Amino acid sequence: MARDDSRTKFDRRKFLAGVAVAGAAVTTTKDVQAATTSDTPNAAPPQRPSALPPNAKVAVAETGTPPEIKSEGGRAGSDFMVDVIKTLDIKYLPCNPASSFRALHESLIDYGGNKTPEFLTCMHEESAVGMAHGYFKASGKPLMTLVHGTVGLQHATMAMYNAWCDRVPVIVIGGNDLDAAHRPPGVPTFHSAQDINALVRDFTKWDDTPTSVQAFAQSMVRMYKIAMTPPYGPVMMSLDAGLQQEPIRKFPGEDLYIPRYVPSSPPQGDSGAVKEAARLLANAEHPVIVVDRAARTQNGVNLLVQLAEALQAPVVDIGGRMNFPKTHYLSRPPSVIGQADVIIGMELSDFWGVVNGYVDNGEDGIGVNESKISSKTKLISINSVELITKSNYQDFQRFQVVDVSMPADAEATLPALIEAVKSAIPTGRKDAIAKRGEAIRKAYASGRENVKRAAAVAWDASPISTARLVMETWNQIKDFDWSLVASEGNVSNWPARLWPMEKHYHWLGRSGGYGVGYGAPASIGAALANRDLGRFSVSIQSDGDLMFAPGVLWTAARHKIPLLAVMHNNRGYHQEAMHVQRLANFRDRVVNVGSDMGPIGTSIENPDIEYHKLAESMGWWAKGPIKDPAELGPAIKEAVAVVRSGQPALLNVWTQPR
Amino acid sequence: MMNSVMRVALIVAACAVGSSAAQAASVENGRKAFVTHGCWQCHGFEGQGSAVTSNGRVLSRTELPFEAFEGFVRSTNRAMPPYREAILSSSDLADIYAFLQAVPPPKDPSEIPLLK
Repeated sequence: MARDDSRTKFDRRKFLAGVAVAGAAVTTTKDVQAATTSDTPNAAPPQRPSALPPNAKVAVAETGTPPEIKSEGGRAGSDFMVDVIKTLDIKYLPCNPASSFRALHESLIDYGGNKTPEFLTCMHEESAVGMAHGYFKASGKPLMTLVHGTVGLQHATMAMYNAWCDRVPVIVIGGNDLDAAHRPPGVPTFHSAQDINALVRDFTKWDDTPTSVQAFAQSMVRMYKIAMTPPYGPVMMSLDAGLQQEPIRKFPGEDLYIPRYVPSSPPQGDSGAVKEAARLLANAEHPVIVVDRAARTQNGVNLLVQLAEALQAPVVDIGGRMNFPKTHYLSRPPSVIGQADVIIGMELSDFWGVVNGYVDNGEDGIGVNESKISSKTKLISINSVELITKSNYQDFQRFQVVDVSMPADAEATLPALIEAVKSAIPTGRKDAIAKRGEAIRKAYASGRENVKRAAAVAWDASPISTARLVMETWNQIKDFDWSLVASEGNVSNWPARLWPMEKHYHWLGRSGGYGVGYGAPASIGAALANRDLGRFSVSIQSDGDLMFAPGVLWTAARHKIPLLAVMHNNRGYHQEAMHVQRLANFRDRVVNVGSDMGPIGTSIENPDIEYHKLAESMGWWAKGPIKDPAELGPAIKEAVAVVRSGQPALLNVWTQPR
Repeated sequence: MMNSVMRVALIVAACAVGSSAAQAASVENGRKAFVTHGCWQCHGFEGQGSAVTSNGRVLSRTELPFEAFEGFVRSTNRAMPPYREAILSSSDLADIYAFLQAVPPPKDPSEIPLLK
């Protein structure tokens, strides 16, 4: 809301300055009261309590045409903020508009020319953050978003938690009317808080509330730097609406400046720990490398190949990123972990889960733990997340004792580790290491045949098997520079098992926090990055995920973001269907499915959602429902042609559950 | 539809003459029971299984004899929740077994162009 009030000549900044001076010079409450009231607009009528529902005036202000604002003297604070933002080369701003950042919004599109960043209209803050999440993983560049102080940030929180768990930088700025005495009553006051950042402090790397435009400049560059230093993570700024809107007021003798952004180098493992890790690996009979988010870039993939080949050690890729080429013979399934005498885990989100098994629901409803490894197996960890662990949310998982622990960035540590391993391999072990590689090569070839045999089962089934869904898709995109931007809704991991993933962007990983609703926005954000990089984007889009915030489909069409979304529509929240069935069985009760296929509350049927019509209504080319596997290939071919023309396309495919 | 006692008797009789339990049971009822009892959730509508929900185990055309199949379903390894008689009758289980045996064999992947 406008801060201009024709009834008063009150200057908020002078008022605050007066308080500060008075507070420094005098100590008595009486004197402070005198100082603080000296400029108080006594003539103004008393305000109604802000907790009341909006009166007619406020309602008109919120729903009607905003009142005319008098031209402000001097340069707007938000214009300077745009100057700051532009130095960081942030290309896009996915955002749902809101009044608490209207001044910055206006400066971005008018003063800033709607470039760097370009405003992308979103229909949900969760979508905006999800888009930024996917964009970073495809491009390595962060995006920023603006959210309304309370309600907008509340919408954004799940997506921010996903970004936190997935170690992805997203810059979130929340508009907030800090000055309780002068912000508009009614709705804007409902949308303000003392400390909006508190809502997300447990799952952001850093947050700040600058109270001057100069502080904004420092804060903005600092938050970008913190977000972009591995381990990456989301950051948050509470930005006062008044600071954005009012003219810049400089302190005497002050010249505003914009700090230069200089990237921080990622933390490397201690040299002694690296040497000890290398000694263990070089002398192991069965070393195993386990990676989750180890490769931040293609260079990380290349380095992992060097390490694996030096050791002729199998690599188990948990899949938080595309860490290791699936076409490489050292790429092996998790079953090899049980044979290991030395395991090095790199950027694992759950080391305990890698070396232990857990069976849900034992005799008394309690899960059963069992170790997968020998008690003599040595464990090495390189994990930068140890540097930013927080207390409240439990994404750090169970505590796993390891023998060598390096709180460091894996990709940055790999060059030193590779050299140390090469130096540590005893000459007498080189033949044995080579033979180990040959055995793994044979196992890889055998494993490939087994995977194909498994994929062939139910190949002609209807609903369509997930293996067929994945391979019919692959057949239509294999000649492009493709990128699987998301695969939400489990398809039995077929893409990683069957597609020749070799490049870092061939698979961007999952949501991080398993917050459903990530797939659609993250796919579109990644597709935006891939569009600019000349890549073809494809997603496996699940039904439940799409329905959390389907408005993001419109954003993709509006901003011409080409994406092939092939739906894995199993017509249910299938994970939950299995959970409820499981509990019913253990309790010897026949599960109540009502009129659906799955337990009551888990199915998405009766009526079936016509996702193709939903997408069409928001500007997508779409087709479905496709139930006959013979129709799938031709339909994907049509959709691919649409995507190649620059538009998004969706296929609603009825699938087997997993 | 025959009652479960008669069905079990037929299964026993079928086994006694060297036939399988599946021959005495109803494939069609087995297909329905496979869905109504939720087996499809982890094993797929064709018993094809999944790497993530059945540890890759394929149920269709299982080589387990009926007695071993039944023994596993009743007690399981706990990764799979048990189906005791209170929630899955022996007759329905026999029909499910019959259905799984009747699923056509998968193609050889070398005959599927997309899997070559």
